[in-house]
Amino acid sequence: MPNGDENQLIELAQYRIETKTRASAILALAGVALVLIFAVRGLIQDLIFVFYMLALAQCWNLLAGYAGLVSVGQQAFVGLGGYLLFALTIGAGIDPIAAVVLSGLIAAVFAVPTAFVVFRLRGPYFAIGSWVVAEVYRLVFAQFKQLGGGTGTSLPPSATNEIFGIEWVKEMFEVRSPAARDIITYWIALALAAGAPLLVYLVLRSRCGLALFAIRDSEATAESAGVDSFRAKLGVYVLVAAATGMIGALIYLQKARISPDAAFSVLDWSAYVIFIVIIGGVGTIEGPIVGVIVFYAMQHYLADFGTWYLILLGAVAIVIMLFAPKGIWGYVAQRYRVALFPVQRMLVRPHE
Amino acid sequence: MLETRGLTAHYGDFQALYGIDTVIGPGETIAIIGANGAGKSSYLKAITGLIRAEPDSVRFEDRPIGALGAASILKLGIAMVPEGRRLFSSLTVEENLLIGSYGRNVAGIWSLDSIYGLFPPLKERRTAPSHTLSGGEQQMTAIGRALMSNPRVLLCDEISLGLAPIVIRNIYDAMPRIKQTGTSIVLVEQDIAQAMKVADRVYCFQEGRVSLSGRPEELTREQVHLAYFGH
Amino acid sequence: MLDWLGTIIQGVLLGGLYALFAAGLSLIFGIMRLVNLAHGDLIVLAAFAILSLATWLGFDPFLATLLAMPAMFAAGFALQHVLLNRALGRDLLPPLLVTFGLSIIIQNGLLEAFTADSRRLRLGAIETASIELGGNLAIGVMPLLTLGSAIAVVLLLNLLFYRTALGRAFRATSDDLEIAQLMGIDHHRIYSIAMGIAMVVATIAALYLGIRSNFDPTIGPARLIYAFEAVIIGGLGSLWGTLAGGVIIGLAQTFGAKLNPEWQILAGHIAFLVVVVLRPRGLFPRAED
Repeated sequence: MPNGDENQLIELAQYRIETKTRASAILALAGVALVLIFAVRGLIQDLIFVFYMLALAQCWNLLAGYAGLVSVGQQAFVGLGGYLLFALTIGAGIDPIAAVVLSGLIAAVFAVPTAFVVFRLRGPYFAIGSWVVAEVYRLVFAQFKQLGGGTGTSLPPSATNEIFGIEWVKEMFEVRSPAARDIITYWIALALAAGAPLLVYLVLRSRCGLALFAIRDSEATAESAGVDSFRAKLGVYVLVAAATGMIGALIYLQKARISPDAAFSVLDWSAYVIFIVIIGGVGTIEGPIVGVIVFYAMQHYLADFGTWYLILLGAVAIVIMLFAPKGIWGYVAQRYRVALFPVQRMLVRPHE
Repeated sequence: MLETRGLTAHYGDFQALYGIDTVIGPGETIAIIGANGAGKSSYLKAITGLIRAEPDSVRFEDRPIGALGAASILKLGIAMVPEGRRLFSSLTVEENLLIGSYGRNVAGIWSLDSIYGLFPPLKERRTAPSHTLSGGEQQMTAIGRALMSNPRVLLCDEISLGLAPIVIRNIYDAMPRIKQTGTSIVLVEQDIAQAMKVADRVYCFQEGRVSLSGRPEELTREQVHLAYFGH
Repeated sequence: MLDWLGTIIQGVLLGGLYALFAAGLSLIFGIMRLVNLAHGDLIVLAAFAILSLATWLGFDPFLATLLAMPAMFAAGFALQHVLLNRALGRDLLPPLLVTFGLSIIIQNGLLEAFTADSRRLRLGAIETASIELGGNLAIGVMPLLTLGSAIAVVLLLNLLFYRTALGRAFRATSDDLEIAQLMGIDHHRIYSIAMGIAMVVATIAALYLGIRSNFDPTIGPARLIYAFEAVIIGGLGSLWGTLAGGVIIGLAQTFGAKLNPEWQILAGHIAFLVVVVLRPRGLFPRAED
């Protein structure tokens, strides 16, 4: 069979997988969106947590797994997004939903000069450098007395009572303001959690994604083939910063209280996110989904055990890295050759 | 003494060697020639344990060594002069030589003094950082480094690569002295001339297979050309 | 004027402590390119080991440190041998996560064993003793000893690296792992020895940390970032560079604190970023990399 037909067959098969995934994904989304009709407040809070951790994980995965930028400093944009949300809603009276989006865009602007600093470094130096930059953000924000200085500040109800659509939600679901606010926050979180993998998928299927794969394999070779690796990496970095900023804004919209130590916490917004991605499977879209489920399950059922829970978390990290360095999904995918979100371009060999 | 039987080698999905049979006797000098990509370097890497091989496909003194790692191979007395010299950049000339005897420190002909005798230019540059040396000096250091382990078999991977003809001649002039000590030598070369001059026997590789073997004086130019290029 | 001189002296002395934190890290990063996220916690672990030995055996901290050093060497060797050698490879990420897991385990293990209470290593009068220098200048004896120890450690390590066969093996392994293996160097054993030595250095750092300030199981990560900054500023493979890096961070922090106490740590980070933007490979990197 000539090559052309074979390529078509492969594409057809992938397309089928894609459409199957798309159809079931849409159904799942609709279901999840409406589950809160029956859900208890606690469950909604938990789901919001799962959604934003998943979104953060997908973003970090794009940055580190695909673009090769192993950053330990994404908390800079989480905190930045959070503080921007507070500043925009309290200071400028902007509607919180618009503020979330705006926070992301402004965070992207900050990402540009940040990139010029951290891109001077490579590999492990880049990782540490990005962490130091995040610390600088933290210490600088602790200086702003208007935003609460070192102890932080709270989001007054007045800022979120006027949130777009709140009246409609209160009527539809027959709830009061706090619950209505939760529902809207939930939908935003869901949008981010669904949007993030979609974003990653779209980037990777684009020309920029091809450039990233080339750079990941060998930057020198890619450059000699005409790939502008700096621009490609900058583009991804800024895009991820925008997404991370939006997620940070959402997180602190929900928490309604912010402080520099919490907002720029390397543990909460880097270490746990990195744990999720790597345990799940770095460099795959499905990996973070698996990782966040594992992380949430551990946290939900074991957090009461305090230090022992954390020791177990550390042990899980070690054991999985030693026996399945590609993560749980990576291991499964390799053994059973599955992919829910096929992003790899395959070279088809003619039959011998 | 050192033989390979049906040696195969893979880099991931790519197969570099398709069943290589060779024999290297004690004190023999063997030349391995072939075009780029013929599998010559892979052959050496498989012997020295840098790439995986079946245990029985490489035998040394009748013992299977194919699955051993690089460090163990050296301890047996099989030393390699790697392609591209690959000196340790933060070590001086003398330190590079000394590290040669770190893994296998046995009494023998080769020591710092005798190596300086073999390659006088090195003595003058003994405290120079290795990255300041010329190509020829680096090659001499790399050979000396391998000799410091007093090996039974010396594997040389493309030692003439990138060197001027007169430098190559200088280095090959040292080969008889190495031969005299009874060491077997395997010379992997793209440049046929020098290798054929010192070799007792020649193997020619082509696309991962042995295409020709015999004594240099018995082989005609046409035979070699055919074996080398395949047409 | 004298005031600024005093600040400079304080900065250099603080740098000595940071250099001690960083020296062990520099060793491991230089030889095996391992980003050890648990390094800070390992220093804290050593501090608790010294504390325990001092308390149970009634020794003073210096003697307890001497006893702790061989124990910590063994612990480091075992850690590398059993765990870290398996995680090392071409990828940056697995060792990152493994050392992160280790960091959490050490911190929480210490919390379980020792609670979150603040501790201190007690030495008596020498803790606050100082040497008068005239004017209003005085140098604390402990900070001076700290800097002196840092310099001694760097001298001894360089002696090891440049005058012994083992040191040659360390440098060769760091330069080119594949060829080092070809030369018969058992790199796993080399790494384990290196980690053992790094733990000994960490124990010395722990002594001065514990005498200078209170410590508890959670202070590891903060120390870690200063150590990394010193190592990176100094440049890969240069221990004097690491010492210089520590001093630069110490000076920056002390000057920052002089301008405004709240700016101390920020000043250190800014200094790091400035150096790193101007010299991405550090001030004294090795020739090739």
